[in-house]
Amino acid sequence: MNAKLLKRHPKLALFVVILIGFVVLNALITPGDENFFWRLPSVLAPLPGAINDFAEFLMFEWLPVDVWDPDLEEYEQSALLRELTRGFSGAVLFLIEFIRELLVGGVKTIVAFTSWSFVREHPWAIWPALPWTAVAGGAIIMGYALRGKGLALLAGLALTYISAFGQWEPAMQTLSFVLVAAPVSILLGLLLGIVSYKSRAVEAVLSPLLNIAQTMPHFSYLVPVTVFFGVGDHAGAIATIVFATPPMIRLTMLGLRKVPIEVVEAGLMNGGNNRQILWKVQVPTARYDILIGVNQVIMQCLAMAVIASFIGAKGLGFNLLLALNGLKIGLALELGICIVLIAVVLDKLSLAWAEKQTDYFADLDFVGRNKYMLIFAAVFAMSIVLAFLGGLIFKDGINYLYLIPHNKGITTEWFWQSGVDWMVENWYAGLQGFNRGLIINVLQPMKNAYLGMPVSATFLLVMGVGYLVGGVRSALIVGGFLLFIALTEWWDRALITAYLMSFAVIVSVMIGVIVGSVCAQHPLASKTMLLICDTLQTFPSFIYLIPVIMLFGVTDTSVLVAVIIYATIPSTRYTIEGIRNVPPSLRDAGLMSGATALQRWVKIDLPLAFPHIMLGVNQTVIFALFMVIIGAMIGTDDLGQFILKALSDKQGIGNGLMLGLCVAFIGLAVDHLINTWAKKRKVALGLN
Amino acid sequence: MKRITNKVAAVALSATFAAVTGQAFAEDSAEPIVIPTHNWSSQVVMAYVIGGIFESIGNNVEYVPADSQAVYEAIRIGDVTISHEVWQSTFGASFYNAMAKGGIIDAGTHAASTLEEMGVPQYVIDDNLCPGLPNWEALKDCPEVFATADSDGKGRWLEGPQSWHGDLMPTRLEALGLGDLYTVKFAGGADAIWAELASAKTEGRGIITFNWTPNFTDAEGFVFIEFPPYEDGCRVADGGDGACGSPSGWLKKAANFKFPKTHPAAYTAFSKMSFTSQDIGQMAALVDIDGMSHQDAAVAWLAAHEDVWKPFVD
Repeated sequence: MNAKLLKRHPKLALFVVILIGFVVLNALITPGDENFFWRLPSVLAPLPGAINDFAEFLMFEWLPVDVWDPDLEEYEQSALLRELTRGFSGAVLFLIEFIRELLVGGVKTIVAFTSWSFVREHPWAIWPALPWTAVAGGAIIMGYALRGKGLALLAGLALTYISAFGQWEPAMQTLSFVLVAAPVSILLGLLLGIVSYKSRAVEAVLSPLLNIAQTMPHFSYLVPVTVFFGVGDHAGAIATIVFATPPMIRLTMLGLRKVPIEVVEAGLMNGGNNRQILWKVQVPTARYDILIGVNQVIMQCLAMAVIASFIGAKGLGFNLLLALNGLKIGLALELGICIVLIAVVLDKLSLAWAEKQTDYFADLDFVGRNKYMLIFAAVFAMSIVLAFLGGLIFKDGINYLYLIPHNKGITTEWFWQSGVDWMVENWYAGLQGFNRGLIINVLQPMKNAYLGMPVSATFLLVMGVGYLVGGVRSALIVGGFLLFIALTEWWDRALITAYLMSFAVIVSVMIGVIVGSVCAQHPLASKTMLLICDTLQTFPSFIYLIPVIMLFGVTDTSVLVAVIIYATIPSTRYTIEGIRNVPPSLRDAGLMSGATALQRWVKIDLPLAFPHIMLGVNQTVIFALFMVIIGAMIGTDDLGQFILKALSDKQGIGNGLMLGLCVAFIGLAVDHLINTWAKKRKVALGLN
Repeated sequence: MKRITNKVAAVALSATFAAVTGQAFAEDSAEPIVIPTHNWSSQVVMAYVIGGIFESIGNNVEYVPADSQAVYEAIRIGDVTISHEVWQSTFGASFYNAMAKGGIIDAGTHAASTLEEMGVPQYVIDDNLCPGLPNWEALKDCPEVFATADSDGKGRWLEGPQSWHGDLMPTRLEALGLGDLYTVKFAGGADAIWAELASAKTEGRGIITFNWTPNFTDAEGFVFIEFPPYEDGCRVADGGDGACGSPSGWLKKAANFKFPKTHPAAYTAFSKMSFTSQDIGQMAALVDIDGMSHQDAAVAWLAAHEDVWKPFVD
């Protein structure tokens, strides 16, 4: 029996050997500082300091230039790079302020063309805010023009919600920085995607950088961004661009690769030159993937809204952190909903715009061509009249038809607040037994087991699995990632991160696959679930940290619950997509052969959807890693705690980047294993 | 680096000179004074209060959200002009790290005397959960009152993040002989501590946590543990045995080194500004208790307390 099993699965034998080796190493090797089989020496320990010195040298000493300081009225020494990055920051900031002041008014744009003294001497020089009705009206018209009534209604409702709940100003502040960061990311991503599609060399350089950028926790590059670009909305926008561009590059490349050669040939036969082929043939044909890229950019931009406020982005994110610090969960929730609404509206509008086909045969007069502009002009005039009337109606008080001041709108705060209080009062006691049991029986032993692994055993296990999955090459790749971490001084911290991550991933994948499979049985359920996934993905995860602490205390349980809530999203989504894409003919064949629902699920759905589900698992790992790092705000002793600490470290740049790399390498090692495995399964199943 | 340090000295000197001779040598620049806002109420209200004071003498101000630890680097480089709440034990390290690199100056100390120490909510005392508190010796008899799921039956000593005071608390527990009875848990941030306090309150259970005063928790009552008094050199880092509590600490103001020269009048006002614990408590209460927005709270406070702040600008 056993011999038969081994014959059928030759790799199983090797895996058993590796496991035995792992156990033996665990038993034999005794902890000791000098024992390299136990822990490798941290030879990379001086690296963060060196990175830090180098960055500071670049920023403050390299290529000195003298800069005139008009306030001190003297020259002072600066460095060229610093002046360049500051110039760039200034340009980004100008754009953000310009859009912001169009929406909510201000003086910065006027200052940019005159000076602060001018504004001080001329008190009239303030740009007035647009009435909120004008912006909402504009969004409704845009929605109608691009798609139809449905989108117009959505845009109108969303903006009315934001205004009515008194979040207009912060929402417009967030919107203004997204309206700069998103187009820049989209353009940059499109261009880099095209370049790396055309040039293998560029792709070879870009690809590892993209891998790292997509797996590195955002906190770890906040310090470098502030040192190079300063603090403020522009810094937030730049960090957001770093975060949001990689998926756009990826999807542009993917889309261009999928363009059938026949389409390009047709273009060539029609005498298209290189530029025409690219912009008129390839890019439009790759539109589907590029649009997914646009969608991703917008989601990522709004997902960064909260984190960007750590380095000076104004708006919803900052107010959300402030509300959380005061434990105002209801208020934070309303702010979170505003972020989701902006994401949804922007996403739908941009997709509708991109999908809009130009009607080349329409023969319209001036009014026909400029219909929507004219309607907007009318709406604009009307909103000003309304604002004026509002001024008359709401004397002395708040002019609800012009601008509802921050936090002066309606609120449902008390409802959520009492909900949370009720939850703590009624659930706390009941959950304590579960919490204690989980910590004592599962989490503590698991953490100790991870920390008790000799480094040689870890390498044997991980590289062994790598060999089983993808041969010597994979073994070397994952071994390389591991080696980097093992040579830093944070190996133990990384083990704790790995323990939190692996526990969360196991639970998330189980929940995700089951929930996803159930929902996938029905089209409406699938659609609803996918919508919930979209919403949760942009909903700021910071909000559920607080209720979770109230229920489970400052413990690993809290961290894990928060991580699992977030990391279940991709595994659910990919399971639904994977099962929905199983060819119906195969399912019918199963049905005809008399398979029960359970048999069909186990024998047909899951195996065929397996490669896609594995991609979901891959995303789950990345999501879990990100959230474990944010979980440091609850209180952990893993890499995340050190990344947060890097915000105030003397060598914050170096520590932040190195710790970020450690996290990224854990992610990349897992990513490599799963991807290689999924690819092999795909080939084996004859998919593709 | 040396150039910056020299400049700091020069600017500081000329500022002192201006203060001594009692005349500002130039009008304040019209460039805005950048004031950081962090994520706790009293700090944000005070930012708007100070901004209002600067505006009353004709300055432009601008507010920028910033991380409370990372802000000192930003001040040093000049992206942010001032910081008005530098807490000794929580931000002292970041402040002095930035100062060592040059570019940030000490702009005086508030009258408020602060205490950053372990303590328990008022109801722990009222309900006599641990008889003998706030004397620290009482802790020896009731670690189980403060036990949690992950504390192995010991009492849990909820401390702020490690970036605040490093190993201060673990060494103190050892030195006081409480090491076998209590275990230190580092929270991820202030939010985590407030959430734990709120949760403990609805349950009425015992909790011992790091906290500070003045703070919004003062309103509901928070009692600090009375440890053996602090003396210079009693901490392990200073060569002592560590068996002592926290000192009554300072609350400082920091500024970029150019601030005295670019905005002499505003700097003079800023250096004179000194808020008491009561002032800070009032500012926080307007938001946390009365539910005002931060801006409104600042306007209300400025209107009601001209006697406090007018002397700063005269």
